[in-house]
Amino acid sequence: MNIILSDQDIVRIEKYLDTMLSSSGAHCALLIDRSGQLISSSGDPSTLDVIALSALTAANFGATSEIARLLGEDEFALLFHKGKNENVHFSKIGTEFIMVTLFDDRTTLGLVRLRTEKVVHDLRTIFTEIIERNKGE
Amino acid sequence: MAFINFSSGEIQCKIIYYGPGLGGKTTNLRYIYDTTNDNIRGQLVSIDTKGDRTLFFDFLSLDLGKIRDYTIRVQLYTVPGQVHYDATRKLVLRGADGIVFVADSMRVQREKNIESLENMAINLKEKGLDITKIPVVIQYNKRDLEGSNIPVLTIDEMERDLNAHLKAPFFTASALKGDGVFGTLREISKLTVRDVSRKVLAKGQP
Repeated sequence: MNIILSDQDIVRIEKYLDTMLSSSGAHCALLIDRSGQLISSSGDPSTLDVIALSALTAANFGATSEIARLLGEDEFALLFHKGKNENVHFSKIGTEFIMVTLFDDRTTLGLVRLRTEKVVHDLRTIFTEIIERNKGE
Repeated sequence: MAFINFSSGEIQCKIIYYGPGLGGKTTNLRYIYDTTNDNIRGQLVSIDTKGDRTLFFDFLSLDLGKIRDYTIRVQLYTVPGQVHYDATRKLVLRGADGIVFVADSMRVQREKNIESLENMAINLKEKGLDITKIPVVIQYNKRDLEGSNIPVLTIDEMERDLNAHLKAPFFTASALKGDGVFGTLREISKLTVRDVSRKVLAKGQP
């Protein structure tokens, strides 16, 4: 399946990501697909290689899906890695997309989770529309 | 799954280097990484075992310039060649747009090449991809061993073993020395971008 995003799609997606960042205190959000392609980003990734991060995130999700399967789960909906300064939160959006949120100690995991949950719901709706539209073409 | 962003004018394609263990897939990527300018490539990401064998994949992103106002970015992945890492190979194949099959020219690897190609066809099928439809380029690697005391398969033998039905474009190479590495990359990029453009751009912007 190929995905075509129009200018309007990107603007809508970025608006949701921007809103989530400002309300959660996280400093960067990436939207990627399950094959590791970066679709959209918002905030400040500073010196980070976001393309490599996208590839590794997709692989990470793939590997943990297998762990989920071994445990009798379908798939894990979110993953969280805590570092000394930087933390990263991954949420699954539908079956094809992942949102990566980077945050530091200026905010909390609880707040990030609360805000990402809302935006995941909104983005899922947008992507369902996009996929349906792509199928129709 | 290629990703086309009309907003930023970018086409992203995923190209996988597949083949038997120790065939030179990672060496291909390393050579590309070492000889390209850092303003067109990202980091070379490798998930290795301690013995330097690929555990999960290697990854390198490359900007190939512009075609019809679209910036082309290819993402090169390798898979682990060892037989028992089949689950990770399947994960990496997800959303592949083009394949380079790196075959090992050493005579002792003859069976391994055939097995790996058969394994690739099965795994592609599982991902809904057809080996006869997806762009494939075959690379006969380690040709620098010709003339050494290590027995090497001839190109005719390898063509009969691997490419009799596929009839894919092939390149002879020495990934270690760099011969044929960019020829292979150019050909698979061309075929992949053409395939993606045909499938997607022909439909026009939504």
